[in-house]
Amino acid sequence: MHIDKDLVAASATPLVLGILADGESYGYAILKRVDALSGGRMQWTDGMLYPLLHRLERLGHVESSWGTSDVGRRRKHYALTAAGRAALAERQLQWSVVADALRQVWQATEDGLRPPRPAEGLA
Amino acid sequence: MAASTPGAVPHAELEVQIGRWRDYVRRREAISAADVDEMEDHLRERVADLTASGLDDEEAFLVAVRRMGNLDAVSREFAVEHSERLWKQLVLVAEPADGGTRSWRELAVVLGCAVGAGVAVKVGSFLLGDDTAFLRNVALLVLPFLAGYLAWKRRVTWQVGVALLVPVAVLATVLNVYPFAPDGSTALLAAIHAPVVLWAALVGVAYVGGRWRSDGRRMDFVRFTGELAIYFALLALGGGVLLGLTAGVFTLADLDLQPALESWILPFCVPGAFVVAAWLVEAKQDVVENIAPVLTRVFTPLTIVMLVAVLGVLLSGGWVVDADRELLILMDAILVLVVCLLLYSISARDPLAPPASFDVLQLGLVAVALAVDAVALVAMFSRIAEFGVSPNKAVALGLNLLLLVHLVRSAALATAFVRRRRPFDPLARWQTRFLPVYAVWAGAVVLVVPPVFGFA
Repeated sequence: MHIDKDLVAASATPLVLGILADGESYGYAILKRVDALSGGRMQWTDGMLYPLLHRLERLGHVESSWGTSDVGRRRKHYALTAAGRAALAERQLQWSVVADALRQVWQATEDGLRPPRPAEGLA
Repeated sequence: MAASTPGAVPHAELEVQIGRWRDYVRRREAISAADVDEMEDHLRERVADLTASGLDDEEAFLVAVRRMGNLDAVSREFAVEHSERLWKQLVLVAEPADGGTRSWRELAVVLGCAVGAGVAVKVGSFLLGDDTAFLRNVALLVLPFLAGYLAWKRRVTWQVGVALLVPVAVLATVLNVYPFAPDGSTALLAAIHAPVVLWAALVGVAYVGGRWRSDGRRMDFVRFTGELAIYFALLALGGGVLLGLTAGVFTLADLDLQPALESWILPFCVPGAFVVAAWLVEAKQDVVENIAPVLTRVFTPLTIVMLVAVLGVLLSGGWVVDADRELLILMDAILVLVVCLLLYSISARDPLAPPASFDVLQLGLVAVALAVDAVALVAMFSRIAEFGVSPNKAVALGLNLLLLVHLVRSAALATAFVRRRRPFDPLARWQTRFLPVYAVWAGAVVLVVPPVFGFA
């Protein structure tokens, strides 16, 4: 299934913030987590994650620090800040409103679609 | 890098490919070396995962690079996020493939504008004659040439071009039609503030290519202004030495350089040096950028020392009774200096770096400046209440209040940044948001203050 680009872009920030809420992480691990969470159906362009992380850092939502990986490479870790936690809570509220509205409207169309079907054939 | 030991022959090719990829990515100016490190770590992880799932090195590398995405698009995202990195590359970005002919044409345009500014000043001084009228118009004679060069360089649209003419036309009309009293203070105030209006509404808008709403581009213009001041000072210093030596030799031959200096050399060289300095800033941004942080680090502590000395003098209370006007103007000059230093060091700072001791020092600078200003303002208000308002006092006081607002909010945001309550970005954004207020204020001093005070 292909997920629309705009939808991926809109959900990127809350996803990253949410993943970091579980504890500090780094770029590749964040992508793998997104992959696992969506069953591989949300494919990000790997490179685009980094400008996003840097933007979140500039906004003060995350903090970065350089560490080393198991094999001794330089690796940049990101951790959620208090402001980031607040931003995540805010986003969660917004998304639950959107999700709730979508669920209702789909429920309504599903309920509404079934009975008129045979009648339409007559018109 | 345990995987790349010399013994591990199968990975040697991969290392070469990753090295090439690094070089290729590094050529994008918006992506810094640290970002490349970060992305390389990512690439290696991806390659390791892919090889673990059965791909060979080469396949894994190709897939990993493809998943990294189109580098043009990625570097564009980096550029949007880190516009300060691109500032030194503006010239190269604007340059077409046939860079050679354009740079020659650019030199011709620069020299044309420099000579044009010189001719304009010379003709202006011939036509306007008397000193105050010339002084009022001198910015109108020089800055359009600088803006013309920048507009040519940015290839502005015709709408922007027309918008650039508006401030010139308005100021040219007002400065020459208003019935200023000869030697009145409103004429002098208009002469001082007209260049500020033109700097923002003409040169600034031309520099940002019409995109004056963008915070990032405004910050670029702050950098440009700072670098231009440095280059101009260097050119003036060099020119001064050359002229001094020449004049020395001329005196030995019993020739006086003074008349030629006053009527020809200075009217052409000073405006010309201004345009050439702008060109140098555009062409050599890389070189000076290393000086900017050093200069701010040298002058911030020195300015703090100066301000503490001033504060001591003010608090000792032994002022001259009618020093009110001079005091206000001096206070304005000091605060303008502090604001310039603050702006310049903020523009030169890496916005992502965590708060360091220099940021505390800078906060100290703003705090001392505010203390000095508070003492002066209290004294001033009582004096104005006693002796009434004059154009000079009103304008000096107004500017003082603007600077006060600017610095108080800067101090609050800098405190939050140093205490890690807020990131650096709001502090930088406050600077660029507040700058147009000064331009509007300068415009009001030129347009509104003279009629209010009867052109006195």
